[in-house]
Amino acid sequence: MRRRWNGLKDWLEHRTGVQTAVRSFLYEEIPASSGWHQVFGSVAVFLFLTQAFTGVLLAFNYAPTPGDAYNSVRYILTELTGGRLIRGLHHWGASMMIATVVLHMVQVFLYGSYKKPREATWMVGVVLLLVTLAYGLTGYLLPWDNRAYWGTVVATRIAASAPMAGPYLSRLLGGDGAVGVVTFARFYGLHVLLLPPATLLLIAVHVFLVRKHGVAPMPGDELVPKKQFYPAQVFKDTVAIAAAFAVLFLLALLARVPLEQLADPTDTTYIPRPEWYFLFLFQMLKLFNGPMEVIGSVVLPGLAVLSLILVPFIDRSKLVQVSKRTFAAAVVFFAAVGWAGLTAAAVRGTPKPDAAVEIDYSAPTDWLHLSPEEMAGISYFRRENCVSCHAIGGRGGKVGPDLTARTIHKDAAWMLEHFRRPSTVRPGSSMPPIQLSNAQLNALAAFLLKLNAQNATALENAPDFAVDGARIYQSNHCGACHMVNGSGMKVGPVLNGLAKRETRSWVVDHFGDPEKFSPGSVMPPYKLPKSDLENLTSYLFSLPE
Amino acid sequence: MGDVPIAAETQTRGTTRRSFYIGAIYGIWAAISAALGIPALVYLFFPPKARKEADWVDAGDISKLTTNSPLELSFRRNRVDGWKVFSEKSTAWVVKQPDNSIAAFGPQCTHLGCAYHWEEGKNEFLCPCHTSVFAPDGKVVSGPAPRPLDRYEVKLQGSHILIGPLQESEGA
Repeated sequence: MRRRWNGLKDWLEHRTGVQTAVRSFLYEEIPASSGWHQVFGSVAVFLFLTQAFTGVLLAFNYAPTPGDAYNSVRYILTELTGGRLIRGLHHWGASMMIATVVLHMVQVFLYGSYKKPREATWMVGVVLLLVTLAYGLTGYLLPWDNRAYWGTVVATRIAASAPMAGPYLSRLLGGDGAVGVVTFARFYGLHVLLLPPATLLLIAVHVFLVRKHGVAPMPGDELVPKKQFYPAQVFKDTVAIAAAFAVLFLLALLARVPLEQLADPTDTTYIPRPEWYFLFLFQMLKLFNGPMEVIGSVVLPGLAVLSLILVPFIDRSKLVQVSKRTFAAAVVFFAAVGWAGLTAAAVRGTPKPDAAVEIDYSAPTDWLHLSPEEMAGISYFRRENCVSCHAIGGRGGKVGPDLTARTIHKDAAWMLEHFRRPSTVRPGSSMPPIQLSNAQLNALAAFLLKLNAQNATALENAPDFAVDGARIYQSNHCGACHMVNGSGMKVGPVLNGLAKRETRSWVVDHFGDPEKFSPGSVMPPYKLPKSDLENLTSYLFSLPE
Repeated sequence: MGDVPIAAETQTRGTTRRSFYIGAIYGIWAAISAALGIPALVYLFFPPKARKEADWVDAGDISKLTTNSPLELSFRRNRVDGWKVFSEKSTAWVVKQPDNSIAAFGPQCTHLGCAYHWEEGKNEFLCPCHTSVFAPDGKVVSGPAPRPLDRYEVKLQGSHILIGPLQESEGA
């Protein structure tokens, strides 16, 4: 067996030379000073490969056209097992990759490793940083939710404002500042067709140059014998990769990546924000107004990139001892402070969305289509803590029957009777009578009649503000005049689509004095406690159009 | 102990450290591959969660239907395909059986999926592709068809027929 294995290895080596190639890669000699500070490049390559892997998996269930894109992302998140994890890995992997590439660059900068003869290695590295940012910019649009759409509108407008090149850039990005099907196709094409092979090529050139010139030595390295790359340094790289992967995996598992509502170009209330790594650029724009704006949007970033590329020619001194490179350290320090300050200002300056109600579309949203009465039923269901004895879709207590089981669904009259006197309807039942009013029990029955195994998780997902808002709506008999999701009366206006018609503050004030805001209104004033008023308004604003 | 040469001792220590490095490298890469590979397999091979039970569609009035004289009914129904829901036209061959029960057959031959039709004079279903012949109760009379015609689940509501999901017929 062993001889056969060796025979196979010899054959492969003779025909392909793969063993020699791997050996010469692994047994490369590196300076004795090499160590933990040089792991970032390997981590960046690992993260790139992970992005490629999760990206391909996402593409297997993704439709790259506006509208369909959004539905397919929702399909990945809500219907495919593991879909949320794969998307989480891709989303957080992007952020981690940018952070890692920047750390790699800071390390090389501090150690002066860009100096002669390694200028070309550095410059290819800067291009790789720009390519990484281009992934972030183009990938941001692909879920085609409001966040993606509005973020990209701002980005393409900035590109269009560039002096001279603006109109051409705008044409290249698929429209004159408008983000539509053409822009989408261009961004998708860049993200999955152009950038990945370009990245592979650039990484190959970058690594080739590193190997050609060798890992940059530190002062004193010439006095000690060199080490081999394998296994000591490979071990350090592997440990760093494992640490990065652990962080990535935990983020993907625990930090929920939201999906907002489908991109809506007519939404005037949306406050666009770019991804965190572009926030500083976004904030810098605010420092320049009017004709000066182009300085913040194009000139300064352009100069920054240019000086980054030219770093090896700007700093021509021979000094590489890291402890003596105080000027380089100062540059890094002030860049970090400037970046952090701008980012913090951008975060602080983000207004709390007023009208918008945040709904997480990355989970099933069947609850959006329930009647107010059924929604109020969820409120009583939660308040009475029914799940301590009853399971819903297999989760919850085991004392009573599973409420999603078809067999226990009776009619509303039976349910009401059963809620009031469980043991008379079902002899031997240990369920305590529910102490609620008739209207409240009706709501509870309405909800339970709607419940089945398919929508159970969606109903669990209904946010508290909406459930509570519906309870207030129900207990104030709003449905006697208004219609929501097709149930109720049409004496007053239908409340679906209210968010598009009125502002939030208008609605809140309107409750207190309807006559003042809509003259001739027959609606009585409602003096509700502040939290009730907030929840009721949020509920009404969350209704689908 | 003092007899052991120092060089040999450092060499032994170096060997243990080296094998520790190599073991850790293989172990960590195996763990990372598993953590990426297993979710990927689950993602690709687990079927999507079912969104809706197939709904029942009213395919029309069948009060004029006579025994063993099939009627082709067409109706619109929603079909879920991945992230899309299509509203599409479907057809069914509805036959009143001698025992007065109603059967609704799927419109495709069970051999290779061609659309078959009713031969009025011969009282049988004929597939034009490879001349499979089916009786009015769906059984194979002759030809290469491997099993009887597939049936829709049906419910009657007054004189209207409600068509449910298509059940694949059994048979070799």
